[in-house]
Amino acid sequence: MESARDPIPFRPYEPGTQPPYDVPAYGSTHKRHPQEALARLPHTVTEVAGPRFNPSQFPPIPDLSAVNGKAALGERIIVRGRITDEGGHPVPHTIVEIWQANAAGRYQHPADQHDAPSDPNFRGEGRVYTDEDGWYRFISIKPGAYPWRNHHNAWRPNHIHFSFFGSGFAARLITQMYFPGDPLLELDPIFLAIPDKAARDRLVCKLDMTLTEPEWALGYRFDVVLRGHAATPMEG
Amino acid sequence: MPAATSGQTIGPFWHLIEHPEWADLTRFGAAGDRIELTGSVTDGDGAAVTDAAVELWQADPPADHLFPGFGRCRTDARGEFRFTTLKPGPVPGRGNAQQAPHFAIALHARGLLKGLVTRAYFAGDPMNESDPLLSSIDDPERRATLIARSRGAGHWRIDIRLQRGPSGETETVFLDV
Repeated sequence: MESARDPIPFRPYEPGTQPPYDVPAYGSTHKRHPQEALARLPHTVTEVAGPRFNPSQFPPIPDLSAVNGKAALGERIIVRGRITDEGGHPVPHTIVEIWQANAAGRYQHPADQHDAPSDPNFRGEGRVYTDEDGWYRFISIKPGAYPWRNHHNAWRPNHIHFSFFGSGFAARLITQMYFPGDPLLELDPIFLAIPDKAARDRLVCKLDMTLTEPEWALGYRFDVVLRGHAATPMEG
Repeated sequence: MPAATSGQTIGPFWHLIEHPEWADLTRFGAAGDRIELTGSVTDGDGAAVTDAAVELWQADPPADHLFPGFGRCRTDARGEFRFTTLKPGPVPGRGNAQQAPHFAIALHARGLLKGLVTRAYFAGDPMNESDPLLSSIDDPERRATLIARSRGAGHWRIDIRLQRGPSGETETVFLDV
């Protein structure tokens, strides 16, 4: 029994744009993917509402490229992009969480055993907010590739991890941004798990000379689309 | 119009953005019926999932500057997580339905290319009988995976199984949202 007061649901994901849970080429999915069918849940306030983060309680960390004023090693980069929803509307004042390996491909993390140097001046965490028009920007270091033991001689392409919240909990998105021209992309089971090539390619940022700061850092553009609402309340 | 961006796994090193205090949703001073929600995450071998990010969201009490409504907790070396929060009340469902008090739980981990979403209801709540989601799940063993059990005053527990376990333990109901 639907009612005109019902929350407007989020749109279903476009076919092929999201990776499945069961991906044989990605070993960690074997014992972790659900084997039962997911239970369908028409969106309610629980799914359509979501957390809001206040910069006074969750302060921004817009520059990953230095710790206590000491510069990290590696190629300094600027990443900027716009966050919109599927209706093309900007998502303003939303939190963007960022984490990544250092320039040598090592995470500042006790479980990372890769034999590559850690860098005390690169912690690897960032946090920024979009402005009123959906734009975000941060400064970092281009992350290195690293081996990950999924299969013989497996290497992850260079990537930066991102976390987004959007307007409701069902719009939550965790993803990875890749770099243009990386030959490891075509060998990576995580990237290739996304069936739709156009969707995969949208995870690859673009070199954007208008974002570059001459004599200082290259600029990369990475736009993100979060789930939008269905056209009518009855589609849920 | 562009489709929503694709998800990718949170990976094993997401703890770079971990702040343990996020697991206490009362830390900004929210007042109310304070409870603890503990639990575990296990895989298809029955092994502890020790690198998961467990996220809690509740639409009630309404979020404000004292109560974020959202928390995040890592699973530890035993696959365990623990939140401190306020007990939610019922919230509206679709149409004229009411939903029994519940948490939304999202799981992110290595091996999950997109987050898994489930819920935790409260054992013994009389509204569970008429809750639209619980009512939609016919198998009582599967339905029970959505219900946190009381472990004494103000302490609730829910164990999450990503797959049927080696001794036939029931896979948690995950939601297509």
